[in-house]
Amino acid sequence: MKVLLNGTAHVLPDGATVAEAVAAATDRLRGVAGAVNGRGGTRTGWPGPGAGDGDQIEVLTAAQGG
Amino acid sequence: MSLTIAGESFGSRLILGTGGASSLAALEEAVKASGTELVTVALRRVEAAATMGGGLLDLLDRCGVRLLPNTAGCYTATEAVKVAHLAREAFETPWVKLEVIGDERTLLPDGVELVRAAEELVADGFTVLPYTTDDPILARRLADVGCAAVMPAGAPIGSGLGVTNPHHIALIRQNVEVPVILDAGIGTASDAALAMELGCDGVLLATAVTRAADPARMAAAMRHAVEAGWLAAGAGRIPKRFHALASTPDEGRPDL
Repeated sequence: MKVLLNGTAHVLPDGATVAEAVAAATDRLRGVAGAVNGRGGTRTGWPGPGAGDGDQIEVLTAAQGG
Repeated sequence: MSLTIAGESFGSRLILGTGGASSLAALEEAVKASGTELVTVALRRVEAAATMGGGLLDLLDRCGVRLLPNTAGCYTATEAVKVAHLAREAFETPWVKLEVIGDERTLLPDGVELVRAAEELVADGFTVLPYTTDDPILARRLADVGCAAVMPAGAPIGSGLGVTNPHHIALIRQNVEVPVILDAGIGTASDAALAMELGCDGVLLATAVTRAADPARMAAAMRHAVEAGWLAAGAGRIPKRFHALASTPDEGRPDL
Protein backbone atom coordinates (compact mmCIF):
# COMPACT_ATOMS: atom_id res chain seq x y z
CA MET A 1 0.00 0.00 0.00
CA LYS A 2 1.08 3.57 -0.66
CA VAL A 3 1.27 5.97 2.26
CA LEU A 4 2.65 9.44 2.87
CA LEU A 5 5.31 9.03 5.54
CA ASN A 6 6.39 12.41 6.90
CA GLY A 7 5.27 14.00 3.67
CA THR A 8 7.11 11.58 1.38
CA ALA A 9 5.54 8.75 -0.63
CA HIS A 10 6.39 5.31 0.76
CA VAL A 11 5.29 1.79 -0.05
CA LEU A 12 4.58 -0.39 2.96
CA PRO A 13 3.34 -3.99 3.09
CA ASP A 14 -0.46 -4.21 3.00
CA GLY A 15 -1.89 -4.02 6.51
CA ALA A 16 1.36 -2.67 7.97
CA THR A 17 0.98 -1.59 11.56
CA VAL A 18 1.81 1.89 12.74
CA ALA A 19 4.79 0.37 14.56
CA GLU A 20 6.07 -0.91 11.21
CA ALA A 21 5.54 2.52 9.67
CA VAL A 22 7.47 4.11 12.53
CA ALA A 23 10.27 1.58 12.04
CA ALA A 24 10.42 2.56 8.36
CA ALA A 25 11.06 6.17 9.41
CA THR A 26 13.45 5.75 12.31
CA ASP A 27 15.32 3.13 14.28
CA ARG A 28 14.73 5.11 17.45
CA LEU A 29 12.43 3.66 20.05
CA ARG A 30 12.67 6.35 22.68
CA GLY A 31 11.15 9.80 22.38
CA VAL A 32 9.14 8.95 19.28
CA ALA A 33 5.45 9.45 18.57
CA GLY A 34 3.41 8.42 15.56
CA ALA A 35 0.15 9.74 14.12
CA VAL A 36 -2.03 8.39 11.33
CA ASN A 37 -4.20 10.93 9.53
CA GLY A 38 -3.70 13.40 12.38
CA ARG A 39 -4.64 10.94 15.10
CA GLY A 40 -1.92 9.96 17.52
CA GLY A 41 -1.42 6.32 18.31
CA THR A 42 -0.39 5.29 21.76
CA ARG A 43 2.78 3.32 22.20
CA THR A 44 0.76 0.32 23.27
CA GLY A 45 -1.70 0.85 20.45
CA TRP A 46 0.93 0.86 17.73
CA PRO A 47 0.96 -2.82 16.99
CA GLY A 48 -2.85 -2.75 16.74
CA PRO A 49 -4.80 -1.28 13.85
CA GLY A 50 -2.84 -1.09 10.63
CA ALA A 51 -2.47 1.87 8.33
CA GLY A 52 -4.48 1.94 5.12
CA ASP A 53 -3.74 2.83 1.53
CA GLY A 54 -3.32 6.59 1.12
CA ASP A 55 -2.90 7.26 4.85
CA GLN A 56 -0.77 10.12 6.04
CA ILE A 57 1.64 8.99 8.73
CA GLU A 58 3.71 11.36 10.84
CA VAL A 59 6.67 10.10 12.90
CA LEU A 60 7.96 12.73 15.30
CA THR A 61 10.68 13.15 17.89
CA ALA A 62 12.48 15.74 20.01
CA ALA A 63 14.04 18.75 18.31
CA GLN A 64 15.54 21.94 19.64
CA GLY A 65 12.83 24.46 20.47
CA GLY A 66 12.19 27.30 22.87
CA MET B 1 15.35 29.68 45.80
CA SER B 2 13.26 26.71 44.64
CA LEU B 3 10.34 27.08 42.25
CA THR B 4 7.25 24.92 42.67
CA ILE B 5 4.91 24.27 39.76
CA ALA B 6 2.00 21.85 40.11
CA GLY B 7 3.55 20.39 43.25
CA GLU B 8 6.93 19.74 41.59
CA SER B 9 9.93 21.56 42.99
CA PHE B 10 12.85 22.88 40.93
CA GLY B 11 16.13 24.13 42.37
CA SER B 12 16.44 26.85 39.73
CA ARG B 13 13.94 29.53 38.72
CA LEU B 14 15.40 29.63 35.23
CA ILE B 15 13.81 27.52 32.49
CA LEU B 16 15.91 27.17 29.36
CA GLY B 17 14.67 26.72 25.81
CA THR B 18 16.88 24.68 23.49
CA GLY B 19 16.03 26.45 20.23
CA GLY B 20 18.65 28.34 18.26
CA ALA B 21 21.84 26.67 19.52
CA SER B 22 24.61 26.43 16.93
CA SER B 23 25.59 22.93 18.04
CA LEU B 24 24.67 20.31 20.59
CA ALA B 25 28.02 20.84 22.31
CA ALA B 26 27.31 24.55 22.75
CA LEU B 27 23.83 23.73 24.01
CA GLU B 28 25.15 21.25 26.56
CA GLU B 29 27.62 23.77 27.94
CA ALA B 30 24.88 26.39 28.17
CA VAL B 31 22.40 24.06 29.91
CA LYS B 32 25.03 23.13 32.48
CA ALA B 33 26.13 26.74 33.03
CA SER B 34 22.53 27.92 33.44
CA GLY B 35 21.85 25.65 36.39
CA THR B 36 18.36 25.00 35.02
CA GLU B 37 16.43 21.87 35.89
CA LEU B 38 13.68 22.29 33.29
CA VAL B 39 14.31 22.53 29.55
CA THR B 40 11.92 22.90 26.62
CA VAL B 41 11.97 20.74 23.51
CA ALA B 42 9.89 20.80 20.33
CA LEU B 43 8.33 17.91 18.44
CA ARG B 44 9.30 17.61 14.77
CA ARG B 45 9.50 15.00 12.03
CA VAL B 46 12.35 12.56 12.71
CA GLU B 47 14.29 13.59 9.59
CA ALA B 48 14.20 17.28 10.52
CA ALA B 49 15.07 16.51 14.14
CA ALA B 50 18.10 14.51 12.97
CA THR B 51 19.48 17.48 11.01
CA MET B 52 19.03 19.65 14.12
CA GLY B 53 21.06 17.20 16.19
CA GLY B 54 19.63 13.76 16.83
CA GLY B 55 21.20 13.32 20.23
CA LEU B 56 19.13 15.95 22.00
CA LEU B 57 17.41 13.60 24.43
CA ASP B 58 20.70 11.93 25.36
CA LEU B 59 22.24 15.35 25.96
CA LEU B 60 19.41 16.41 28.23
CA ASP B 61 19.69 13.11 30.10
CA ARG B 62 23.37 13.82 30.72
CA CYS B 63 22.45 17.26 32.07
CA GLY B 64 19.93 15.68 34.44
CA VAL B 65 17.15 18.08 33.46
CA ARG B 66 13.47 17.50 33.12
CA LEU B 67 11.75 17.95 29.72
CA LEU B 68 9.05 20.49 29.00
CA PRO B 69 7.69 19.73 25.51
CA ASN B 70 6.24 22.67 23.60
CA THR B 71 3.64 23.08 20.87
CA ALA B 72 5.71 25.59 18.92
CA GLY B 73 4.48 26.31 15.42
CA CYS B 74 0.80 25.61 16.13
CA TYR B 75 -1.72 28.22 14.97
CA THR B 76 -4.96 26.61 16.18
CA ALA B 77 -6.16 24.99 19.38
CA THR B 78 -6.92 21.78 17.50
CA GLU B 79 -3.37 21.53 16.19
CA ALA B 80 -1.81 22.37 19.58
CA VAL B 81 -3.91 19.78 21.39
CA LYS B 82 -2.83 17.10 18.89
CA VAL B 83 0.85 18.03 19.28
CA ALA B 84 0.52 18.00 23.09
CA HIS B 85 -0.91 14.48 22.94
CA LEU B 86 1.90 13.29 20.68
CA ALA B 87 4.48 14.93 22.96
CA ARG B 88 2.97 13.19 25.97
CA GLU B 89 3.30 9.92 24.10
CA ALA B 90 6.87 10.58 22.95
CA PHE B 91 8.31 11.96 26.17
CA GLU B 92 6.07 10.29 28.72
CA THR B 93 5.21 13.53 30.49
CA PRO B 94 1.86 15.30 30.87
CA TRP B 95 3.65 18.66 31.13
CA VAL B 96 3.35 20.96 28.14
CA LYS B 97 4.41 24.47 27.28
CA LEU B 98 1.32 25.45 25.34
CA GLU B 99 1.96 27.77 22.41
CA VAL B 100 -0.79 28.79 20.00
CA ILE B 101 0.61 31.46 17.76
CA GLY B 102 -1.65 34.08 16.23
CA ASP B 103 0.63 35.87 13.83
CA GLU B 104 3.68 34.85 11.83
CA ARG B 105 5.38 38.23 12.05
CA THR B 106 5.11 38.82 15.80
CA LEU B 107 4.73 35.19 16.93
CA LEU B 108 2.47 36.54 19.67
CA PRO B 109 -0.13 34.16 21.12
CA ASP B 110 -3.73 33.92 19.93
CA GLY B 111 -5.58 34.35 23.22
CA VAL B 112 -8.88 32.84 22.07
CA GLU B 113 -7.30 29.67 20.72
CA LEU B 114 -4.94 29.50 23.69
CA VAL B 115 -7.74 29.42 26.29
CA ARG B 116 -9.64 26.85 24.22
CA ALA B 117 -6.60 24.56 23.99
CA ALA B 118 -5.70 25.04 27.66
CA GLU B 119 -9.21 24.11 28.78
CA GLU B 120 -9.17 20.93 26.70
CA LEU B 121 -5.70 19.85 27.80
CA VAL B 122 -6.34 20.52 31.50
CA ALA B 123 -9.53 18.43 31.25
CA ASP B 124 -7.41 15.67 29.71
CA GLY B 125 -4.98 15.61 32.63
CA PHE B 126 -2.15 17.74 31.24
CA THR B 127 -0.07 20.12 33.34
CA VAL B 128 -0.39 23.18 31.15
CA LEU B 129 2.08 26.08 31.12
CA PRO B 130 0.74 28.51 28.50
CA TYR B 131 2.87 31.07 26.67
CA THR B 132 0.58 34.08 26.77
CA THR B 133 0.55 37.82 26.17
CA ASP B 134 1.12 40.41 28.90
CA ASP B 135 -2.67 40.84 29.23
CA PRO B 136 -3.58 40.45 32.94
CA ILE B 137 -7.18 39.47 32.13
CA LEU B 138 -6.14 36.72 29.74
CA ALA B 139 -3.65 35.46 32.32
CA ARG B 140 -6.46 35.21 34.86
CA ARG B 141 -8.65 33.34 32.38
CA LEU B 142 -5.83 30.83 31.83
CA ALA B 143 -5.37 30.37 35.56
CA ASP B 144 -9.13 29.99 35.98
CA VAL B 145 -9.28 27.10 33.50
CA GLY B 146 -6.64 25.27 35.53
CA CYS B 147 -3.25 26.12 34.04
CA ALA B 148 -0.38 25.27 36.38
CA ALA B 149 1.42 28.55 35.62
CA VAL B 150 1.07 31.47 33.25
CA MET B 151 3.96 32.55 31.04
CA PRO B 152 3.53 36.06 29.68
CA ALA B 153 5.81 37.39 26.95
CA GLY B 154 8.09 40.23 27.93
CA ALA B 155 8.38 41.00 24.22
CA PRO B 156 8.07 38.98 20.97
CA ILE B 157 10.01 35.72 20.78
CA GLY B 158 13.64 36.23 19.82
CA SER B 159 13.33 40.04 19.79
CA GLY B 160 15.62 40.67 22.76
CA LEU B 161 13.56 43.76 23.61
CA GLY B 162 13.30 42.83 27.29
CA VAL B 163 10.22 43.52 29.40
CA THR B 164 8.29 46.04 27.31
CA ASN B 165 5.31 46.42 29.66
CA PRO B 166 6.57 46.03 33.23
CA HIS B 167 3.32 47.35 34.68
CA HIS B 168 1.28 44.57 33.07
CA ILE B 169 3.72 41.92 34.25
CA ALA B 170 3.34 43.23 37.81
CA LEU B 171 -0.46 43.25 37.38
CA ILE B 172 -0.40 39.63 36.20
CA ARG B 173 1.52 38.70 39.35
CA GLN B 174 -1.27 40.31 41.39
CA ASN B 175 -4.03 38.75 39.26
CA VAL B 176 -3.21 35.04 39.54
CA GLU B 177 -2.25 32.61 42.29
CA VAL B 178 -0.24 30.25 40.08
CA PRO B 179 3.45 30.87 39.27
CA VAL B 180 4.18 33.59 36.71
CA ILE B 181 7.07 32.80 34.38
CA LEU B 182 8.32 35.60 32.13
CA ASP B 183 8.66 33.89 28.77
CA ALA B 184 10.16 35.42 25.62
CA GLY B 185 11.76 38.74 24.79
CA ILE B 186 14.70 38.57 27.20
CA GLY B 187 17.83 40.03 25.64
CA THR B 188 20.36 40.19 28.43
CA ALA B 189 20.81 39.53 32.14
CA SER B 190 19.30 42.80 33.38
CA ASP B 191 16.02 41.93 31.59
CA ALA B 192 15.81 38.67 33.53
CA ALA B 193 16.61 40.44 36.80
CA LEU B 194 13.89 43.04 36.11
CA ALA B 195 11.32 40.32 35.45
CA MET B 196 12.10 38.76 38.80
CA GLU B 197 12.05 42.14 40.57
CA LEU B 198 8.56 42.68 39.15
CA GLY B 199 7.47 39.61 41.07
CA CYS B 200 7.81 36.85 38.50
CA ASP B 201 8.45 33.40 39.92
CA GLY B 202 10.76 32.42 37.11
CA VAL B 203 12.08 33.23 33.65
CA LEU B 204 12.03 31.11 30.51
CA LEU B 205 14.45 32.10 27.78
CA ALA B 206 16.24 30.54 24.84
CA THR B 207 17.50 32.90 22.15
CA ALA B 208 19.24 35.28 24.56
CA VAL B 209 21.51 32.39 25.52
CA THR B 210 21.65 30.13 22.47
CA ARG B 211 22.36 32.97 20.02
CA ALA B 212 24.72 34.92 22.29
CA ALA B 213 28.32 35.09 21.13
CA ASP B 214 29.27 33.01 24.18
CA PRO B 215 26.18 30.96 25.13
CA ALA B 216 27.68 29.33 28.25
CA ARG B 217 28.80 32.69 29.62
CA MET B 218 25.38 34.25 28.96
CA ALA B 219 23.71 31.21 30.54
CA ALA B 220 25.75 31.77 33.69
CA ALA B 221 24.82 35.47 33.60
CA MET B 222 21.13 34.56 33.37
CA ARG B 223 21.47 32.14 36.28
CA HIS B 224 22.90 34.89 38.47
CA ALA B 225 20.43 37.51 37.19
CA VAL B 226 17.42 35.36 38.04
CA GLU B 227 18.82 34.67 41.49
CA ALA B 228 19.70 38.35 42.03
CA GLY B 229 16.29 39.54 40.87
CA TRP B 230 14.50 37.05 43.08
CA LEU B 231 16.58 38.04 46.12
CA ALA B 232 16.03 41.74 45.42
CA ALA B 233 12.28 41.26 44.98
CA GLY B 234 12.09 39.80 48.47
CA ALA B 235 14.53 42.23 50.05
CA GLY B 236 12.27 45.30 50.09
CA ARG B 237 13.89 47.89 47.88
CA ILE B 238 14.12 51.54 48.99
CA PRO B 239 11.51 53.94 47.64
CA LYS B 240 12.58 56.11 44.70
CA ARG B 241 13.16 59.79 45.67
CA PHE B 242 13.28 62.91 43.54
CA HIS B 243 16.12 64.43 45.57
CA ALA B 244 19.18 63.01 47.22
CA LEU B 245 19.24 61.54 50.70
CA ALA B 246 22.68 61.65 52.27
CA SER B 247 23.91 58.30 53.45
CA THR B 248 26.60 59.88 55.63
CA PRO B 249 25.22 61.71 58.69
CA ASP B 250 25.87 65.45 59.14
CA GLU B 251 26.33 64.91 62.86
CA GLY B 252 29.99 65.22 63.92
CA ARG B 253 31.05 67.01 60.73
CA PRO B 254 34.19 69.10 61.55
CA ASP B 255 34.31 72.90 61.24
CA LEU B 256 37.33 73.53 59.08
